[in-house]
Amino acid sequence: MDLENQARIKDLADEFGNEELIVVLGGGEAEASALAAETVTSGDPTYAGPLAGVPLGLKAYHIFELKDEVDAEVYDEQISMMEMVLDMDTIIEAVSALR
Amino acid sequence: MNFPVIKGAAYNLFHAPEMLIHQGTTQTSEMRTNPGSDHLKKLASALRGFDDVVQYPANQVYIGNMTPAELEATPTPWYANPIPAASRVGRFGGIYSEDELIGLMKVVDIFDLVMLEDTFQKSVAHKLLSNEKFSNIKNIAKIDNPGISKEDIDALLGKQAEALRFQGQIVGCVKRAHEFDPALTAHVMFENLVSKASSVATVMELLANLSMDPHDVEYIIECSEEACGDMNQRGGGNIAKSIGEACGLLNATGSDTRSFCAAPAHASVEAAALVQAGVYRNVLVVAGGSTAKLGMNSKSHLEKNVPVLEDVLGTFAFIISENDGVHPIIRTDVVGRHTIGSGSSPQAVMTAIVTDPLDRAGISLKDIDKFSPEMQNPEITKPAGAGDVPEANFKMIAALGVKRGDFDRSEIAEVVKQKGLPGFAPTQGHIPSGVPFLGFACDMLMAGEINRVMIIGKGSLFLGRLTNLFDGVSYLIEKNPGIVKQETIVDKDEIRKMVAEAMRNFAISLGSE
Repeated sequence: MDLENQARIKDLADEFGNEELIVVLGGGEAEASALAAETVTSGDPTYAGPLAGVPLGLKAYHIFELKDEVDAEVYDEQISMMEMVLDMDTIIEAVSALR
Repeated sequence: MNFPVIKGAAYNLFHAPEMLIHQGTTQTSEMRTNPGSDHLKKLASALRGFDDVVQYPANQVYIGNMTPAELEATPTPWYANPIPAASRVGRFGGIYSEDELIGLMKVVDIFDLVMLEDTFQKSVAHKLLSNEKFSNIKNIAKIDNPGISKEDIDALLGKQAEALRFQGQIVGCVKRAHEFDPALTAHVMFENLVSKASSVATVMELLANLSMDPHDVEYIIECSEEACGDMNQRGGGNIAKSIGEACGLLNATGSDTRSFCAAPAHASVEAAALVQAGVYRNVLVVAGGSTAKLGMNSKSHLEKNVPVLEDVLGTFAFIISENDGVHPIIRTDVVGRHTIGSGSSPQAVMTAIVTDPLDRAGISLKDIDKFSPEMQNPEITKPAGAGDVPEANFKMIAALGVKRGDFDRSEIAEVVKQKGLPGFAPTQGHIPSGVPFLGFACDMLMAGEINRVMIIGKGSLFLGRLTNLFDGVSYLIEKNPGIVKQETIVDKDEIRKMVAEAMRNFAISLGSE
């Protein structure tokens, strides 16, 4: 995960705690999405960024998992095309395994 | 309407394994934060030799010796299926070794910043002077002058010069261009001289391939991702003109266009507009290689036992000219643009740059024979978790087509196969962005194999930390239908005469009443 994003997520978690905060991912690939989920859950596995050794314990969801939570029109406009492009099942499986 | 044409394109690769280790930012960042890391220890022994780079199928496609279709038919992984008889000389360009690149840096440096050790300079002088395509580079003969001693190079390295290396040895250095200006450090000058030198070689290649008189080029648009300037105008430019000077383009002026990876598409549209408006007859679009991006994903490659494939600098150059009735035309009336208000979801981006311009022109997605988006080599990006970038783009285009009713959902795989291409370009940011296919597109359109190609460039502007906006530009190339005869235009004098005559007749008619 981008080092800048790690810093931003860490700042938000420090401010709001991990109870009421989730991370929504939009990654296009299972492995990269799982890596991002792992980073915000148990820390940066590459030990490169601000979350190295910092287990925030945040829950991460891929946007595909939150379809029912999103306005249907907005989802259709912004995400539905990608349902046909990406390997949804593998991505969801990889991300949900880390919660 | 007479649309401008693409006269031809040239593509060169420069093998740069030492620059990968010492200038690639993945490595320089590692040296700064973790100098004793396993990655750095393993890297040197994992780099490919020059022959491996030449025989690598994707590189053979980049320089025009193999077609994308032939690459598609090559078993994967491509790095495990080299082409033993491959040549470093290609139809669109060539593959050059790191010593040749360093020699070219010396040739194009007019501020005496590049200093080479004498024995090295002599050995590279022979190589450069025996290449006919380089014979007209300004100051090429100075490579034949004596170099300096190793001791003198050591002394310069002690004054913040940046070392130039070949096959593990220090063979020279790039001096800083100012005592303390951060925009003119040895490192910045190193990057800019590599960009300039690799561009100059590719422009010479293009002029030779097209048998074009250098004096016929009237404008140059340079579209790399480097910044040339000093502390008062960092990024002030003008790399374009510096390239043109070295290539003897005496009748040209030029400027630099920037938009991250989307810049080559912007530059193409700008060049086409300038030609169609009659401002310039021949516009050169060019970009050199980026040392920073060498070995960008090398950590992932080493972890997955993939060769460190990002070991080449990529370059391109192409000429856009007035309609000659022969070469493929750029449909300047079918230009896609991601506007500030477009939105940044993939769906919004693809709609803005792919389907909106086609809709405006009444052309269906079905009518496009090939799309050329970001042509990154998937063998580089997949191990790094970025997937197959061109394939993802083709899938997005097909999926957009499904949403619009152009295709059935069951046709997605077939659409991707028919209208797509395998990625074959090095991941050098601006280099893979749509234009690597121009050479093949021109061939296929002129041979009548295809009729329409859409070139797509996209850029991630958030990297500059000034905006979160995305960027994207596309344009359509078509088979040339022939020159359209322009209607006679009545000039001002003629209009004046007509008005005067009408008034005279009116006066006569009044007088006779």
